[in-house]
Amino acid sequence: MARGTIVVETNRCKGCELCTTVCPQDVLAMSDSFNARGYKPVVLVDPKNKCTGCALCAVICPDAVITVFRLPNVSRMSRAPLARAQAMAA
Amino acid sequence: MAKELWKGNEAIAEAALRAGVEAYFGYPITPQTELLEYMAREIPKYPGRVFLQAESELAAVNMVYGAACAGVRVLSSSSSPGISLMTEGLSYIAGTEVPAVLVDIMRGGPGLGNIMPSQGDYFQMTKALGHGDFHPIVLAPSTVQEAVDLTYGAFELAETYRTVVVILADGAIGQMMEPVVMPPARPVMTEQERADWALRGAKDRERRILTSLHLSAEGLERMNQGLQNKLARIQQKELRWQETMTDDADLLLVAFGTAGRVCTSVVSAARRAGLKVGLLRPISLWPFPEQRLVELAERVQQILVVEMNAGQMVLDVKAAVAGRAPVHFYGRMGGVVPLPDEISAQIDKLVSEPAGGTGFKTGSNNGYGQPKAMPAANGVRA
Amino acid sequence: MTPIALADYDVVYRRPDALTDVQTHYCPGCTHGLIHRLIGEVIDELGIRENTICVAPVGCAVFAYNYFNVDGCEAPHGRAPAMATGIKRVIPDRVVFTYQGDGDLAAIGTNEIIHAAGRGEDLTVIFVNNANYGMTGGQMAPTTLAGQVTTSSPYGRDVDLVGMPMRVAELISTIPGASYVVRRSVHNVANINKTKAAIKTAFQVQMAGLGLSMVEVLSSCPTNWHMSADGALKWIEDAMIPVYPLGDYRVADAVEPLTKRRRPDRSQNGSLATIPEE
Repeated sequence: MARGTIVVETNRCKGCELCTTVCPQDVLAMSDSFNARGYKPVVLVDPKNKCTGCALCAVICPDAVITVFRLPNVSRMSRAPLARAQAMAA
Repeated sequence: MAKELWKGNEAIAEAALRAGVEAYFGYPITPQTELLEYMAREIPKYPGRVFLQAESELAAVNMVYGAACAGVRVLSSSSSPGISLMTEGLSYIAGTEVPAVLVDIMRGGPGLGNIMPSQGDYFQMTKALGHGDFHPIVLAPSTVQEAVDLTYGAFELAETYRTVVVILADGAIGQMMEPVVMPPARPVMTEQERADWALRGAKDRERRILTSLHLSAEGLERMNQGLQNKLARIQQKELRWQETMTDDADLLLVAFGTAGRVCTSVVSAARRAGLKVGLLRPISLWPFPEQRLVELAERVQQILVVEMNAGQMVLDVKAAVAGRAPVHFYGRMGGVVPLPDEISAQIDKLVSEPAGGTGFKTGSNNGYGQPKAMPAANGVRA
Repeated sequence: MTPIALADYDVVYRRPDALTDVQTHYCPGCTHGLIHRLIGEVIDELGIRENTICVAPVGCAVFAYNYFNVDGCEAPHGRAPAMATGIKRVIPDRVVFTYQGDGDLAAIGTNEIIHAAGRGEDLTVIFVNNANYGMTGGQMAPTTLAGQVTTSSPYGRDVDLVGMPMRVAELISTIPGASYVVRRSVHNVANINKTKAAIKTAFQVQMAGLGLSMVEVLSSCPTNWHMSADGALKWIEDAMIPVYPLGDYRVADAVEPLTKRRRPDRSQNGSLATIPEE
């Protein structure tokens, strides 16, 4: 079960691929099908649950189409950034 | 209320302050600068009001645009060359339909021209104050008192129609001193009293956008249609003019502002000489008093338009009169103010040989040879 | 293994409230949208959405007011600093920012930004430098690099003919009324976070009434540069930064404390939200 995950607003993605260039876990790929605006949107491809919810994809996305989630009961060591990130997201 | 002696520029500034103007943005340019200087001295005495000298007239009108979007009573003033710099901003203001008041103390043109009084901005103000289909309300005083009264009422007028109101005076009116009765002072609007379209920060409401941008043709046409409907209402309700002895006039003078003022003396002189001369003095140049002119044109034998330019309002007069009576023109350019006897001489010529009449006086024009006299303006081949 | 429901996750990043949900018209990969996002995040974090007014330029960002969930208006090309002055002067307790491109600010609007800075107007200017006129299809701007091909410098910008690229941050930093003038870039995540920190400081400078704050942001224009989104970010790093060095060009003494965030204690090893500026 992945510690983190993302939700992409598929129809808002313009297929610029910038997020795929920064994902440390390499779990982002471009879809084969077109979205409503005729772009091929980004898709989370994470069979091995490697996504940590680091949100680098969201930081570089020019269209704010990525919402990032992270499991709350992860180990204390990595919980700390979550608290502050939540404050930011709130 | 006691009459006090006021200089035109300062009287206009004081009238605006009494009308509750909250922000003034301007730039020095003769013959208007005393208006700016007066605001520089007086506004700081009113806490909360804003005076700012901008880096150019172009910047000033955009500051006006900003303050107008915030829904406050705002004024700027300039003179012909400065007004030319303001035209883009004024078009944006018209396109956004936010209210503002602008004073133009006209001077000799084109180009740097000179600082003498002139009426060379008539076309610019009534026909082309910026790109696109719009007209500000243009009010032309001929005395300092009238300038005060028109300025005092201009802010409410601007807010009523969400438009630009122009006080179109000239260097003579701006620089002369005359006794004036100042109107009572009105307090500045509180923020709550400002219009419901004003930008103030989207607190407890949807955000507001003020723009003149409508990318879709239909959208822009709808906006323009609204604008035209508004202008039609203005043309019905906001006509202002003054008539002098027009009831039995055979020859009708048509003149505005300072030229109109000179013509009042011409009328009395002509009457003393037994000539039935009357004067129609448009005060609102836009909307132009066409209907009244048509009624008078049906009764008089001749019309003489007198302006301090090469002939601008005369085209509106001819358009309205549409051949009902011959329309002649007499003008002086370069900032020369026509004197009563010059105009009387024109009248004598017109009365004695109706088809005659000259165009504009061909004073010296720095050596380029005599400009060809303008053809008689009445369509009759001389 | 039953999949964990999304509800069990915490949200660590979502689109800021200060952005509307209107999809932007910017080209794919254009970092105008990203800079809008950073401004939205800063407005949320400072809690000023209901108190802020945006003055949009003429250029690619002409529709900026559609994307910020704040009161907005539209300035004629280059005149945003003057229009913003008119607004700020009559409602001084509101936060007013202009968002301008390089054609808007560095060409036609140079006089307005210089004098707004000269007067020390309490305004925040987000100046987006993408080395060309984007909206009109990629013409040369004052910020176009030497030799850079655009539709109006088809043989490459000839500096002997039209001069050198204009360094706006350096120019404005010479004006005392500009109390916070920095240049940042969005060509990678680390710099994106620094840009956000600078934008936050700029808004705080205005809120503290310390004079004009301007953040010049090197931004990409994939379409008119004829590059991929990622390639364009690389071009910023390789070609633009040498001409437009990043850094703080003017930080008035009074602004200094604002740039030193309370350094988070070690245990929290830095926050995702704001990278403290050195």
